Amino acid sequence: MTFRAAILGFAALSAAATMAVASDDPIKTRKAMMKSVGDSMKVVVPMVKGEVDYDAMKAEQAIRVIQDVATNVVNYFPAGSETGGETEAAPKIWEDMAGFKASAASLEADAGAAATAAAGGLDAFRAAFGKMAGNCKACHEDYRIKKN
Amino acid sequence: MRRYLIAIIGLAAVAGAAFWLLTEPSLLPPPDVPEKAPDLANGEYMFFAGGCASCHAAPGAKGEAKLRLTGGLEMKTHFGTFNVPNISPDREAGIGGWTNADFVAAMTRGVSPDGRHYYPAFPYTSYQRMTAADLIDLKGFIDSLPPVATAVADHDLRFPFSIRRGLGLWKLVYLDGMEFTPDPALNAEQNRGAYLATGPGHCIECHSPRDPFGGLDRGRAFAGGPAAEGDGWVPNLTPDPTGLADWSAREIASSLKDGFLPDFDSFGGAMVAVQENTARLTDADRAAIAAFLKSLRPIANAPAPKPAASDGG
Repeated sequence: MTFRAAILGFAALSAAATMAVASDDPIKTRKAMMKSVGDSMKVVVPMVKGEVDYDAMKAEQAIRVIQDVATNVVNYFPAGSETGGETEAAPKIWEDMAGFKASAASLEADAGAAATAAAGGLDAFRAAFGKMAGNCKACHEDYRIKKN
Repeated sequence: MRRYLIAIIGLAAVAGAAFWLLTEPSLLPPPDVPEKAPDLANGEYMFFAGGCASCHAAPGAKGEAKLRLTGGLEMKTHFGTFNVPNISPDREAGIGGWTNADFVAAMTRGVSPDGRHYYPAFPYTSYQRMTAADLIDLKGFIDSLPPVATAVADHDLRFPFSIRRGLGLWKLVYLDGMEFTPDPALNAEQNRGAYLATGPGHCIECHSPRDPFGGLDRGRAFAGGPAAEGDGWVPNLTPDPTGLADWSAREIASSLKDGFLPDFDSFGGAMVAVQENTARLTDADRAAIAAFLKSLRPIANAPAPKPAASDGG
């Protein structure tokens, strides 16, 4: 249990460190944060698909990173960061910041539920994970524009 | 001087008459419409394969609301704004009361029952490839949906695109009126994928470059290009390193099912609505689309590198 807490603490710390290091460049920071979501998905999706053995601790750890990003990423879209740095952020983020924040809050809540469900075994986790994963495309539908 | 003036007026009159004749919607050969009762299950399948609701449901509609074909989505392109029409079976606001022949003419010739050209924002350049049976089934399914009485404003386009009649010339170049024919070089699965991707699914419409007149560059079909709306880029689907060379057919089919890319990114933008439709196809049809895309000739096409960002921020 201590080990588990230590791992989770470390994950949170390293996520926080990433943000602190790059916080002078909001575009780089938010891109790094989105990348860390992808890295977490790489850990979790093969478990959900049954391609690798389910590991509750690893799953929870990965999902907590996503939850952490959902909590914080909205702070890295300040006025003036609409363009540049190969950002794929859609103008709609700034036109509808409230809607964008609501999307992030939905991911945060669903990620929290999935992280909690992780200890309940693969089936419980899979259902909560599916709900969480729906947030990805729901938000990307409105708030991201692919540029390459 | 006066003689020149008469000559010019005469030439203008001839040009005008030629334009009028060449752009007459009824000149397009009438489609063959067999007598047949619609197969509603196949019609529903074609409805989702065709992505009808993605444009014709109310903007942002989810779930059951996607079956209310109220229209109203604004497509903002550099030709102007297209206001997507109501195609619910309402007799006044929608397409209620259309015959099968009306529907097939709209889908394959881009002509309305009252003899006007439709703009190709309505992708009849792809729907023309559909079989008459699939079209009749699709109409049967749309007729079974709830009528909605919402009226939608006409398009708001720039001159000269605002001249609807001019589409007659456009069609002479870009509309061939040909139903899909299997490519003997492809196997049955690849041909099924080709039918879906170039016909009802109209993948080719967004994922191909277009010329300045808005016509598909069919020689570079599926090579991606600038999005018709906004400043995004529509990905290259050919098996080139700038396209889907790194994706296995299984990964392509899987992304159409669950919306996740092989690198665990997700679909975004308009592809989210598309994937909600492709999720309803059979595994076999998703695999067929993937097999077809893998059979394409690789074409290199990627967005031009951006000038360096001024401040990196």
